[in-house]
Amino acid sequence: MSSSAPLLEVTDLVKHFPIKAGVLFDREVGRVAAVDGVSFTVAKGETLGIVGESGSGKSTLCRTVLRLIEPTSGSVRFEGRQLVGLGQRQMRPLRRDMQMIFQDPFSSLNPRKRVEQIVGAPLKLHGIASGAGLKREVQELLDRVGLSPEHYSRYPHEFSGGQRQRIGIARALATRPKLILADEPVSALDVSIQAQIINLLSDLQRELGLAYVFVAHDIGVVRHVSDRIAVMHDGKIVEQGPADRVCSSPADDYTKKLLSAVPVPDPRHRR
Amino acid sequence: MRRYIARRVLWGVALLFICSAVIFVIFYAFPSADPATLRAGRAATPEQIERIRHSLGLDEPIYTQFWLYMKNLVLHFDLGFSYQSNVPVTTLILDRLPATAFLVVGAAILWLAVGIPVGIVSAVRPRSLLDRTTMVTTLALISAPVFWLGLVALYLFADDVGQLLPIFPGIGSYIEANTFLAKAESLILPWIVLAAASAAIYARYMRSSLIDTMSEDYIRTARAKGLSERRVVMRHGVRSAVTPIVTLLGLDIGTLLAGNAILTETVFNIPGVGRLVATSIERADLPVIQGVVLFGAFFIITFNLIVDIAYAYLDPRVRYE
Amino acid sequence: MSLLEVSDLHVHFDTDDGVVQAVDQVSFGIASGETLGIVGESGCGKSVANMTILGLTRGPRTTIAGRVMFEGADLLQMGGEELRQVRGNEIAMIFQDPLSSLHPFFSIGDQITESIRTHRDVSRANARARAIELLGMVGVPEPRRRVDDYPHEFSGGMRQRAMIAMALANDPKLLIADEPTTALDVTTQAQILSLLQDLQDRLGMAVILITHDLGVVAENADRVLVMYAGRIVEDGAIDQIFYDPGHPYTWGLLGSLPSLDLHPHDRLPQIAGLPPSLLAPPQGCHFRERCPHAFDRCLQVPPLEARLPDSPAHRDRCWLSAEQKRELRVADGRIGLRERKSPAS
Repeated sequence: MSSSAPLLEVTDLVKHFPIKAGVLFDREVGRVAAVDGVSFTVAKGETLGIVGESGSGKSTLCRTVLRLIEPTSGSVRFEGRQLVGLGQRQMRPLRRDMQMIFQDPFSSLNPRKRVEQIVGAPLKLHGIASGAGLKREVQELLDRVGLSPEHYSRYPHEFSGGQRQRIGIARALATRPKLILADEPVSALDVSIQAQIINLLSDLQRELGLAYVFVAHDIGVVRHVSDRIAVMHDGKIVEQGPADRVCSSPADDYTKKLLSAVPVPDPRHRR
Repeated sequence: MRRYIARRVLWGVALLFICSAVIFVIFYAFPSADPATLRAGRAATPEQIERIRHSLGLDEPIYTQFWLYMKNLVLHFDLGFSYQSNVPVTTLILDRLPATAFLVVGAAILWLAVGIPVGIVSAVRPRSLLDRTTMVTTLALISAPVFWLGLVALYLFADDVGQLLPIFPGIGSYIEANTFLAKAESLILPWIVLAAASAAIYARYMRSSLIDTMSEDYIRTARAKGLSERRVVMRHGVRSAVTPIVTLLGLDIGTLLAGNAILTETVFNIPGVGRLVATSIERADLPVIQGVVLFGAFFIITFNLIVDIAYAYLDPRVRYE
Repeated sequence: MSLLEVSDLHVHFDTDDGVVQAVDQVSFGIASGETLGIVGESGCGKSVANMTILGLTRGPRTTIAGRVMFEGADLLQMGGEELRQVRGNEIAMIFQDPLSSLHPFFSIGDQITESIRTHRDVSRANARARAIELLGMVGVPEPRRRVDDYPHEFSGGMRQRAMIAMALANDPKLLIADEPTTALDVTTQAQILSLLQDLQDRLGMAVILITHDLGVVAENADRVLVMYAGRIVEDGAIDQIFYDPGHPYTWGLLGSLPSLDLHPHDRLPQIAGLPPSLLAPPQGCHFRERCPHAFDRCLQVPPLEARLPDSPAHRDRCWLSAEQKRELRVADGRIGLRERKSPAS
C-alpha cells in the first residue's frame, strides 16, 4: 500500500512435520506439509486476514512466522531483517515488536499467575519497566483494554472468556509491538462478546498504528476486520487480495466453496 | 497392533539386558564388601581367600567378568551359588517362587473382588453414607502397616493363639501343609492381610476414576439413547474407568512377585521370595541378593509389558502409537 | 397439532455457591415435521431446557417444575423406566462434540446396534445390517467397511454423521440437535445441515436445532426461540425474528454479526457488559442491566406475550410498545443495539 517497505515479508515459508514409524526406533517414513510454500506481506498499520478451515495450516503458519516453531525453509523478514536463522539472543529484542494473541482464553493464561504477573512479565523480561513504574504501566494497559484497576491482582479463573481475552491482548500490547498475530482471537467467544473484542482490536489499531495478521475460520469476521485477505487450504495460499474483492468476486474454486458454505443470517437466502 | 506388541517386546528385552548390566556393575564392579572374603566365611586364611577369588574369577579384568556373567545368565540361566548354602541361586529362587505366587495371586483375586465393586458403588452414590463409610475404612486400611495388620489378624483369628475367633491356621502352617487345599487354607489370613491395603487403594482408585468417567460426554449420550442406568455405568462407565487400574495391577503383581510381599511372608513365616530377600540381605549373601534383584527386574518388566498390551486391547486409540 | 408442548418449565440447580436458576418460565411447542431453532449464548439455558425434556438433568440437587407433554403424556412425571423407552426411540438427541460424545472404546457399529437392540427385539445380525443401512443413509462412504471402525478413525464430519445415524436408528419423531455443527468446519457444517434437512423431509421428523449461530437458524429453521439468561425473550416465525424483531437482545444479536454484506470496518453495534450470573439474576427483566432502553417498568418481569394484534404467534418479553420498538431498533441504518455509555466489565 504505502511506498515504504512492508513491515512483514514472508516468502516461500515451509514447515514439514515428519511422520515417524518403525518397530524399535522411529524412522521418518513421510512428511506432512503443514505450511507448504506460503508468501505474503503485511504493511505498517494494515490488517491481513488469513482464513482457512481446520487443517489448513493457518495456526502452524502463525507460530512458524514468529519462530515459536522452527520453519523447515523459507524466509521471514521483519522490517527488512531476516528472522530465519537468527539465534535466540538475537531474536529476543525483535520479539518486542511482534506479539501473538491466542485462541483459547481458557488455556492460554497461566492459571497460577495473577493478572499483574501475566501482563507485567513481558515488561520485566525486556527491561521496559520495573517496580512502581511497572505497576502503573500494567494498570494503564488494563485500562486500555477495558478492564478496571481492581482486576490487577486477580487470577484468570475469576474472569469470563471475553475478559480473559482482553488480558491476553493487554499482555500482547505491553511491549508496544508493531505487529500482532491474532490466532482465532474470537472463535471461542459468544457472538456478543466477539463484537466487543473485534471493536476493541479496531480501536487499538487506530490509536496505536498496529498491524495485524488476523487468522480465523469465520470469513464474515475476517472480512470485517481485514484490509486484505489470504485464503489458506492444505498449507497453501490459494487466493490473496483486497478483502472486498476476495469476498465479492472470488477467483479460486475453494474460496467460492468456502463463501457459499457460510450460513447467511437472512432468511431470504434460504436454499 | 502387531507392530505395537513387537515394539514393546523388543524394548522389554533391551531393558532386561540393560538391567542385567546395571546389576552387574552394582554387585561385581562396586561390591560393598569383598565377595571372596564373604564367600570364604569367618575363619578363612588369606590363601583360601585367594583361591576362592581365583575360582570366582574375581582376578580377571572386568570385561571378562561381565562376559562370563552374561554368558552364564543367558545361556545357562546360571546365577551362581549361594555363599551360605552353596545351593545354586536359581534353585533357591525357583523353590520359593510358588509360595509367593500362590500368595500374590490369591491376594490379588481377593482385593480385586472386593475393591472394585466397592469403588463402583461408592462412585455411583457419591457422598452417601456408604461412600463416606468406605472412604474412612479404606483410609484406615491403607494407613495400617502390613505387619501390624498381620499380627493383629493372628492375634484374633489364628487357630492356635487367636483370641476372638480361632478358625484360621496360624504362623508356619504353610510349611506344614502338604496338600494344595491345606496350603490354600493356611494362606487365608495372609491373603486377607496382603489384600486389605490393596483393596482399599483399588477401591479409592476405582471410585475416583469412575466419578471422572461418569462426567464424560459419552455417558450423557448413552443415557440419551435410553440405555438402562446399569448398562450405562457398567458397560460405558466402568469399561473406561478400569483402564488405569489395569496399569496399577500390573505394577503391583510385578513388584509383589519380585519380593514386595516380604513383610507378609515374614509375619506368617511363608517361605517365599520376599523372605529369601530378607535373609540373604541379613547374611550379605551377594549372589542370592543379586539373583533376586534380577528376577525382580524380569517380573516387573514382564508385567509392565503385559499391562501395555492389555491396555491396547482395552483402548483402541492406543494401538497406533 | 403439537408433537411436543413444553409449559412453564423451571430448572434450578442447588450448587455449593447457591441456587442456579438455569431455566425459568420456558414454554414452547413444536409440530410434526417442523424445525424449531433455539438461539442463545452460553449459559442461556438452551441446552439445559432440552436435556430436561429427556430427563437428563434429573438429580438429587435439581428442582424441575412444569410440564412437557409428548403424545399425551407428561415426560416430567414419567419414571426412569418409562422415560428410557422414549429416549433414543421416539425422541433422540445429538450433541455438539462427536468425538467426546461417542465412546472411544467401542466401534461405531457397536454403538449403533446397541441403540437399536435397546428398543427393538432384533438379532445382532439384523441390527448390524440396519446399522450399515443407516450409515449409508447419512452419507458415510463404504459403510460395510467403516461400521467396524472406531470413532477416532473417523473425521469430524463423518463422526457427526455417525451420531446422526445412531440417533435415527429407531425412527424418532423428534430429533433434538444441540449445537450439532459448532465443532465443525464451515463447509462440513453446510453438508451436515443439508443432510439433516434432507432426512427430515424424508422421514417427517421434527427437529429442535439449538445453536448460537443466527446464520444457521436463518437457513434451517421455521420458527425461532431466542433465549437469554434462562428465559425465552422472543419467539416467532423466522421472518418475524429477522425482519421484525421485538426484543433488544435480539437486536443486539443481529447487530453484532459481521456478515458478508455489512460494510467492513464499521464499528459493530455491540451489547456492552456480560450476561448476568444465574445465581443472582437481576430483578425483573434479565436483560435490564445491559439494555440501553431500560426504564422503570423493567423492574417487573415482562411476560412473554404477543405485542402485535395480527401476529399472535410472535411473542416477546419487553415492555416497550410496538412503535417504540420499531423506532429504537435501528442503529446506524440497520437492526442493532445502540451503545450503552457504561464501560465493559
